[in-house]
Amino acid sequence: MGRITLKEVTKSFGTVEVIKPINLEIEDGEFVVFVGPSGCGKSTLLRLIAGLEDVTSGHIEINGTDATAIPPAKRGLAMVFQSYALYPHMSVRKNIAFPLKMAGVDKTEINRKVDEAARVLNLSDYIDRRPGQLSGGQRQRVAIGRAIVREPDAFLFDEPLSNLDAALRGNMRLEISELHQTLATTMIYVTHDQVEAMTMANKIVVLRDGIIEQVGAPIDLYKNPRNLFVAEFIGSPKMNIIKGDAATELGAPTVGIRPEHLEVSKTKGKWKGTVGVSEHLGSDTFLHIEAEGIGTVNVRADGEIDLHHGDVAWLTPQVDKLHRFDATGLAI
Amino acid sequence: MATQNSRSAARLMMAPAVILLLGWMLVPLTMTLWFSFRKYLPLRGGDQGWVGFDNYVRFVSSSSFWPSVQTTLIIVGGVLIITVVFGILLALLLDQPMWGQGVVRILVIAPFFVMPTVSALVWKNIFMDPVNGLFAHLWKFFGATPVEWLSQASVQSIIMIVSWQWLPFATLILLTAVQSLDGERLEASEMDGANPLQRFGYIVLPHLARAITIVVLIQTIFLLSIFAEIFVTTGGAFGTKTLSYLIFQRVLESQNIGLGSAGGIYAVILANIVAIFLMRIVGKNLDA
Ligand SMILES: Nc1ncnc2c1ncn2[C@@H]1O[C@H](COP(=O)(O)OP(=O)(O)O)[C@@H](O)[C@H]1O
Ligand SMILES: [Mg+2]
Repeated sequence: MGRITLKEVTKSFGTVEVIKPINLEIEDGEFVVFVGPSGCGKSTLLRLIAGLEDVTSGHIEINGTDATAIPPAKRGLAMVFQSYALYPHMSVRKNIAFPLKMAGVDKTEINRKVDEAARVLNLSDYIDRRPGQLSGGQRQRVAIGRAIVREPDAFLFDEPLSNLDAALRGNMRLEISELHQTLATTMIYVTHDQVEAMTMANKIVVLRDGIIEQVGAPIDLYKNPRNLFVAEFIGSPKMNIIKGDAATELGAPTVGIRPEHLEVSKTKGKWKGTVGVSEHLGSDTFLHIEAEGIGTVNVRADGEIDLHHGDVAWLTPQVDKLHRFDATGLAI
Repeated sequence: MATQNSRSAARLMMAPAVILLLGWMLVPLTMTLWFSFRKYLPLRGGDQGWVGFDNYVRFVSSSSFWPSVQTTLIIVGGVLIITVVFGILLALLLDQPMWGQGVVRILVIAPFFVMPTVSALVWKNIFMDPVNGLFAHLWKFFGATPVEWLSQASVQSIIMIVSWQWLPFATLILLTAVQSLDGERLEASEMDGANPLQRFGYIVLPHLARAITIVVLIQTIFLLSIFAEIFVTTGGAFGTKTLSYLIFQRVLESQNIGLGSAGGIYAVILANIVAIFLMRIVGKNLDA
């Protein structure tokens, strides 16, 4: 069981209100990702749920009971920190065993659980090493192991992959998703990387300046962003935002077009432009096209397209895939 | 540019410093060694030739030798325990955010800048004087008979004075260690269910191990040779004669340079044994 409910939760540091009143419902077994730009209050929100910070007002309910005043260790949550926060003077075994030891579990039971966790996380070969002798990915797994053995109601992750290199990040992303499938435990995951959010989440919570901008399934946010901020934040490369006459012509003060929803041609189209930088990735080509009267537009084109710096290109938006926003940035 | 040339040039330029240091160390050491094998009584016949290991045997078999070793160990051990324990407590306290932190920190460090002779005099006359000392007044205020600190509790008094001097050093080193402790690590242990005492025992103390070893190592080397504090307060009476004080007495009060030199060599050996022993502990700790 891991149902978490936030009711009108706020947090201020001194006079600065970092979290404005937030209401959020997290169902049992969900993989929820908090995503937003750096400094928007993701970590603070996670730490409020963990109990490492006290709420300024509002309530946090875990499994239907008010947990606002319960100390962190008693909330039944386990956290994986950005810095891993391993205990450097203890072996991997002792690190993973630590929460069990604190809970007074008996020795044979501890050993059984630690061995099991080490097996699941491929740590068996390193079990007697110190954290200092491990690579970043292995440390990350030890931190996860330490969280798993407690069999918590929910896992909290604070940017767990941001210290890893790109290749490892991809692997760990899969491993954590896999873990979620196996354990079917609620996971709350904080990241500033929308790719992690899109690939891992059941439910994404987009935050900005301590306010929830939108909550929904990844594909929902991609297809129906509620406002300009979400539209620009979700999706890679970023959505193109068009204003002025070209937008009015399409029926709104501001119009958003995703790079994959623009057709590009050498001979004909709606807008004329000049190719700037083109990034050939093999499967796709990302073109930066300087369109007349619109500005720079990102286009995702076919991998084999034969357009280069300085070429003339014609663009046509797919009208049914446009996102229209009113003057205040809300989706129409 | 680490060529043969630049390396020999570097050696040449370092030579004066190295030679000076070597001379500084070696000349007194050789002279002590030299005198320790001679019968040398400046006021009673001067240098009277070689006597072999006579001085060494006499120094050890004198009735004050073992008591002085014992006193030395008690004082050094006592000061180490007090400075480390209170140093850790103070460091944890000073690490808490509080009003006037900067000023408080400077005040805590202040005793370290007081010369040993001065601090011993201050303690002897202002605090521990059985008639006019502050402690005497305090005792009288509560209706108790004032303690004659330097005769009735002489070793304890000296441990107290020396601890007061060295506590700032221990606190300072331990404070920097406490400050380098990662906050997330403490939070992780809190979430893992450790109570404050367990957090201290399992997380903070192991983190401080290296700093504690360094405090113990450095202090031991300096504490083995404390002198001014004893000279100024008890003058070696009431069981406060340490090894270094015994050597001083042999040379200056008994005017026996040979015997004192032999004692000096014993002290050098003792200090080296302690140093090697501690180096190994530090080495082990630095591995981790
Ligand atoms: N302990 C604190 N004291 C004061 N301000 C804080 C503290 N923790 C975070 N903040 C502020 O709260 C805001 C949100 O921080 P944080 O939750 O860490 O952002 P994120 O994790 O989204 O990058 C930041 O502006 C930060 O400066
Ligand atoms: Mg953060």
